[in-house]
Amino acid sequence: MADPVLTFTERGIYCPAGDFFIDPWRPVDKALITHGHADHARWGHKSYLATETAAPVMRYRLGDIALDTIRFGEVRQIGGASVSFHPAGHIPGSAQIRIEVGGEVWVVSGDYKTEPDKLSEPFEPIRCHAFISECTFGLPVFKWRPEAEVAAEINAWWASNAAEGITSVLGSYSLGKAQRVLSLVDPEIGPILTHGAVEATNAILREQGLPLPATTQVSADANPKNMTGPLVIAPPSALGTPWMRRFGPSSQAFASGWMALRGVRRRRAMDRGFVVSDHADWDGLLAAIKETGAEKLFVTHGYTDIFARWLKSEGYDAHVLKTEFGSEDADEVTEEEPA
Amino acid sequence: MKDFAALFTEVDQTTKTTRKTKALARFFAEASDEDKLWTIALFSGRRPKRAVNTTQLREWAAEEAGIPLWLLEESYPIVGDLAETLALVLPPAPEVSDKPLSHWIGELKALGQVDIDARHDRIVAAWRQLDETERFLFNKLITGGFRIGVSQKLMTRALAQATGQDEAVLAHKLMGKWTPDATSYHALIEAEDPAADASRPYPFYLAYQLDDGPVDIGPPEDWQAEWKWDGIRGQLLVRGAEHHVWSRGEELMTDRFPELAPARDFLPDGTALDAEIVAWDFENEMPLPFNTLQARIGRKTVPKKLLREAPVILLAYDLLEHDGTDIRAHPMAERRAALDALIADLPPEAPIRASRLIAFDTWEALAKERAKARDFRAEGVMLKRLDSPYLSGRKKGDWWKWKLDPLTIDAVMIYAQQGHGRRANLFTDFTFAVRDGEALVPFTKAYSGLTDAEFRKITAWVRKNTLERYGPVRQVTPEHVFEIAFEGIHESPRHKSGVALRFPRMSRWRHDKRVAEANTLDDLKAMLAAYG
Repeated sequence: MADPVLTFTERGIYCPAGDFFIDPWRPVDKALITHGHADHARWGHKSYLATETAAPVMRYRLGDIALDTIRFGEVRQIGGASVSFHPAGHIPGSAQIRIEVGGEVWVVSGDYKTEPDKLSEPFEPIRCHAFISECTFGLPVFKWRPEAEVAAEINAWWASNAAEGITSVLGSYSLGKAQRVLSLVDPEIGPILTHGAVEATNAILREQGLPLPATTQVSADANPKNMTGPLVIAPPSALGTPWMRRFGPSSQAFASGWMALRGVRRRRAMDRGFVVSDHADWDGLLAAIKETGAEKLFVTHGYTDIFARWLKSEGYDAHVLKTEFGSEDADEVTEEEPA
Repeated sequence: MKDFAALFTEVDQTTKTTRKTKALARFFAEASDEDKLWTIALFSGRRPKRAVNTTQLREWAAEEAGIPLWLLEESYPIVGDLAETLALVLPPAPEVSDKPLSHWIGELKALGQVDIDARHDRIVAAWRQLDETERFLFNKLITGGFRIGVSQKLMTRALAQATGQDEAVLAHKLMGKWTPDATSYHALIEAEDPAADASRPYPFYLAYQLDDGPVDIGPPEDWQAEWKWDGIRGQLLVRGAEHHVWSRGEELMTDRFPELAPARDFLPDGTALDAEIVAWDFENEMPLPFNTLQARIGRKTVPKKLLREAPVILLAYDLLEHDGTDIRAHPMAERRAALDALIADLPPEAPIRASRLIAFDTWEALAKERAKARDFRAEGVMLKRLDSPYLSGRKKGDWWKWKLDPLTIDAVMIYAQQGHGRRANLFTDFTFAVRDGEALVPFTKAYSGLTDAEFRKITAWVRKNTLERYGPVRQVTPEHVFEIAFEGIHESPRHKSGVALRFPRMSRWRHDKRVAEANTLDDLKAMLAAYG
């Protein structure tokens, strides 16, 4: 019997026919990268391949790397495998990777979100024999409401704070979530300030032509105390640090899919939690899996045991895949979306 | 229900007490009397009688959501709250309704009159008319424990704001046995002299811990000192030839402590005592260890043997009502004098003693007395300002507890379990062991004492270092040493180690200690011999 299209090694997901890895977590010669979040695009590989839209952020974060780019949908032959990248809808430039070897098609989802937003290329279902799917929010308690409803909530919160003359601070991961939030807020309400980590990413994405509202990086010159009711977008790691003092009285909120759970929300001790996720919810995951037509499934990140058990009960050949992407922890305060 | 859900959302969305109070006061100003009464009831720990059990609720919700029961069960510990889990898995409501809170409570009460199929239909019909937040609250009404970040104190303050009544007066009105089914908002809150309720206790006054000793509280001559007992705080009422015993948690304990009944014969009508219920060693005239009393806690009926082995008395330390008059506003010294006059000459068979005062001239002298607390089976000393009134709730300034420093032992973490609610998804409940040769002997559990950051850190570690799973419990690599602080140690045949600790908690994560440096079973036994 021929080798499977992909195998699972200590260094990551490996394709023997093409001799490359996908999102490996240990240094390898050739790495295909789904997107720029730190748990997927790691430092130290000899060569990288990623989409054209993912590349600028990766260069910014990883420095001088040997990075080759590929367009969405373009098919490239790597050894005995033909490879193409397809939109995952997670963040701008994020891809699922399709690998075909001898007529057998496997797809690695990376992180994905099925609901379209205003910035990332919309998720595209790919027919395949085997699908390696994330399941960060793979429980029936996670069901996202339409983006517009959450946007209205965020804007109402900001406007009411502005009316009271207090600053609104919204914690959002600097790549992806921060820009997503920017695409939802109404710039008419007041000035928008950003933390340096967020603004650096904004600058890169703006240069790529993504439509983001005007933002000002918090600095000695841009003193928030002279503004009325600004909105500050900062990475969660900056919340609760002395950096926050400059804003005076503020209402603090956090944007994440985890905010759907009251326990997590309360533990954060934030004034507000907005349910804004870059990942598919329960219905999104099930719909995506169905549309691939895959019979064989490997699930990763999240409540994998539970999700795999459900898929098996639905008749799929489902397996749990142990990876080192992010973690199952809803409380990790890292720079990246924990997933 | 929409107004109540909006109130909940507003309260839940802020960590600031003033905002919560404002939202609640606005609700009290606008809601109907029925809804107000039930809101007061819910936030003072009362709830409608449970007409369906949670097993049925889980089954019905899974069925309505079109998912297998096991998947709902697996989701529950991750969400950490059953009412919320059910609300989240249910499909969006196909109907909209805006019936008031009291309507839904009426529905729940009516369930008691119908058979199980009808109960199912009515619960599902409710779910189909309620949005996610309303459903969560509706489910909370059924599953009980209506704790949503509003304390009785906060609710009382909001009610005071809304009605213009004094907060302490309201707090008193809300004490006691009333139920929302048997009273009305008017009778409970508005009526000038609400039907005098002989069983109604006074709100308890609670002391703050004095962390740095009595250095900043003024001269010693302004204060009285007494032992801080390790019993059950209670209030004894003798009114109209009846007696009632209340716990600090407003639980009626009269029937649990039948030996206190003779108090009626020894105390005049119209008396309220603030006291500690302790198991008593009549021979030596001192309390028995707390674990003797523990056998009585939670027992609604008491077998004769237990009554003999663990007889209780009241150690009285304050007089709140004298000859039917509320004397809480009188100075402590005067109340104490009246108390002493009342119980000084009681015969030894009376189940009441005065909690004696400790004489001292200087703070140094008191510190020396305090060091002897364990000899008297006390936890430390209480300081009460001689001219202070009896306040309600926890207020700083007039009463302080000055406890002994806790005992400590260094122990190895061996099992971990996830918490609930705010702590769902985090490992917060741990079992600790001491060394016995090569073996590790578990001796206590502890849940508190670490910071949120430390809980996150240990949670990540537990996930990576699980050796074995037993249901929700994970056995972990014995690697981390924690200092466990506790207030007392007692012999316990029910525990493998032979000891039980009082108020164990994690006082420090000993990153500097390895397992081989943790304390031993012999160390623990030596502590039992010294302090047990």
